[in-house]
Amino acid sequence: MRKIKVLSPTAILGYGFPEESFEAGLALLPDVIAVDAGSTDPGPYYLGAGIPFTDRDAVKRDLAIITKGALKCNIPLIIGTAGGSGGNSHLEWCLEIEKEVLSELGNARLAVISAHIDKERVLGNIKNGETEPLAFVPALTEKDVEDATEIVAQMGMEPIIRALENGADIIMAGRCYDPAVFAALPVMKGYPTGLALHMGKILECAAIAADPGSGSDCMMGVLDDNGFEVFPLNPIRRCTEMSVAAHTLYEKSNPYLLHGPDGIIDLKECSFKQIDDITVRVEGTGFIKSEKPMVKIEGARLAGFRTISIAGIRDPIMIDGIDVILEYVRETAEQRYGAADNYILNFRIYGKNGVMGDNEPVEGTLSHELGLIIDVVAMDRKLSESVCSFSRSTLLHYGYPGRISTAGNLAFPYSPSDIKAGAVYEFCVYHLIPMEAKMFPMEILEV
Amino acid sequence: MKVKLKDAAKVIRSKNSGPYELTFDIIFRTKELFEAAVDSKVFTRELIAGLYSVDEADVADIVEFIPAKAIKATIRRKVVSGGPGDRDVYGAQQHAPLFDIEFEAKGENL
Repeated sequence: MRKIKVLSPTAILGYGFPEESFEAGLALLPDVIAVDAGSTDPGPYYLGAGIPFTDRDAVKRDLAIITKGALKCNIPLIIGTAGGSGGNSHLEWCLEIEKEVLSELGNARLAVISAHIDKERVLGNIKNGETEPLAFVPALTEKDVEDATEIVAQMGMEPIIRALENGADIIMAGRCYDPAVFAALPVMKGYPTGLALHMGKILECAAIAADPGSGSDCMMGVLDDNGFEVFPLNPIRRCTEMSVAAHTLYEKSNPYLLHGPDGIIDLKECSFKQIDDITVRVEGTGFIKSEKPMVKIEGARLAGFRTISIAGIRDPIMIDGIDVILEYVRETAEQRYGAADNYILNFRIYGKNGVMGDNEPVEGTLSHELGLIIDVVAMDRKLSESVCSFSRSTLLHYGYPGRISTAGNLAFPYSPSDIKAGAVYEFCVYHLIPMEAKMFPMEILEV
Repeated sequence: MKVKLKDAAKVIRSKNSGPYELTFDIIFRTKELFEAAVDSKVFTRELIAGLYSVDEADVADIVEFIPAKAIKATIRRKVVSGGPGDRDVYGAQQHAPLFDIEFEAKGENL
């Protein structure tokens, strides 16, 4: 039976991997190396600001090793969601690094695929009633589109297959549906789409789907016409039915039907079987092709500028009264700066409900000390600094009811006590629009 | 007898499912415990809404994923990931209230 092998070096380009694992993968003669370089998980800042969330030196280290491996084996290297968020500035950043790598390694035919979407296109989609929000997302407005610093769309397999057909040695794509980079070559060669994408869904996080899991180690996927097998390349790990099945439901609200730009991966009939100590075989995954394919678009807008102050509280009387005390500070700040129309003031009380806020079912606190962050966000940078400073000084010297410690209420670990934390972004676009031809322009470079 | 979820599960975790949703995975230690949990009908949208102080409308359908011996629940994030006021950008530390959920399991199932 014919087989195709896909090597996934690391969960995110720049997270690293042991060279021994990668060499063990190359020794098995893979047909393609694919890596996902991004995610929305680190939050809206990186897409909004056009900045990568991975370290440049770490990305260059990973790219150098996998590029060398791909050129040596004469197999394609496919990188999706370059630069972390897959916008044009992220793609450019990753491309520069790859050019540096190639300048030391040799020549290659490089395909660069943009995921940038013109705002005019999305405004047209809104006019035509063609946008759909994802679950729990408000309907898309023209203002959301205009506010977004950049809009990207998650491409599916088609643009990557087009690059492969153009003879690209290395494909660097902007925002991309994570499994697509792993599934594109198998699907181009006629392997079943559902199985190829399901294998991609598991490989996209590399060894996170192994036991013990790791985001910094390699995984191999071997696909045939009836199923696929996945196994790690480091002898300290193994894939188990549990680890692979568990990864299938990771970060998804409904694990039976996984929606993507090319269609729906259907796992209703899917089975996971341990075939040796380290390998799991998956069969039965189907695919429902979309009659009207939609792509997911993403965008973030500036929400303001943040100033924070960090302090510890050890006084038991103050800890008992913390909610009332902070309410007093909030009211005093509102008397000075007006009700919070132009700024957002948050108190994060670690040791009480700092992690869960209003969702926290535990009431009160048993902790003998609290960690406090005064967190202010305002569009006016100066106002953000002023509200934080005023709240901090008010709290420091507030003579709260029952107080016997009259020298100061806060233990500051730092001088200066206030930290300008810079621009804050928020997601404003997370919707579906119809897929159209030539949505993802490609450029071929001989480097 | 009543079993606590933290004793019955091998994995209890929370994570973003995109920036607007928080999804919970409960993967049971054994098929028997998974089936007992499903049969107990304890895992409902009301339960999740109560534990997290959210409206039931903000809880998506509870899904049983048989191949992984898992139950999944998903809720709307009150604050979208990484926006002003968010507390957990990855959503990875919101699972603890699930630990003490109890359900009925027969002795031989443990």
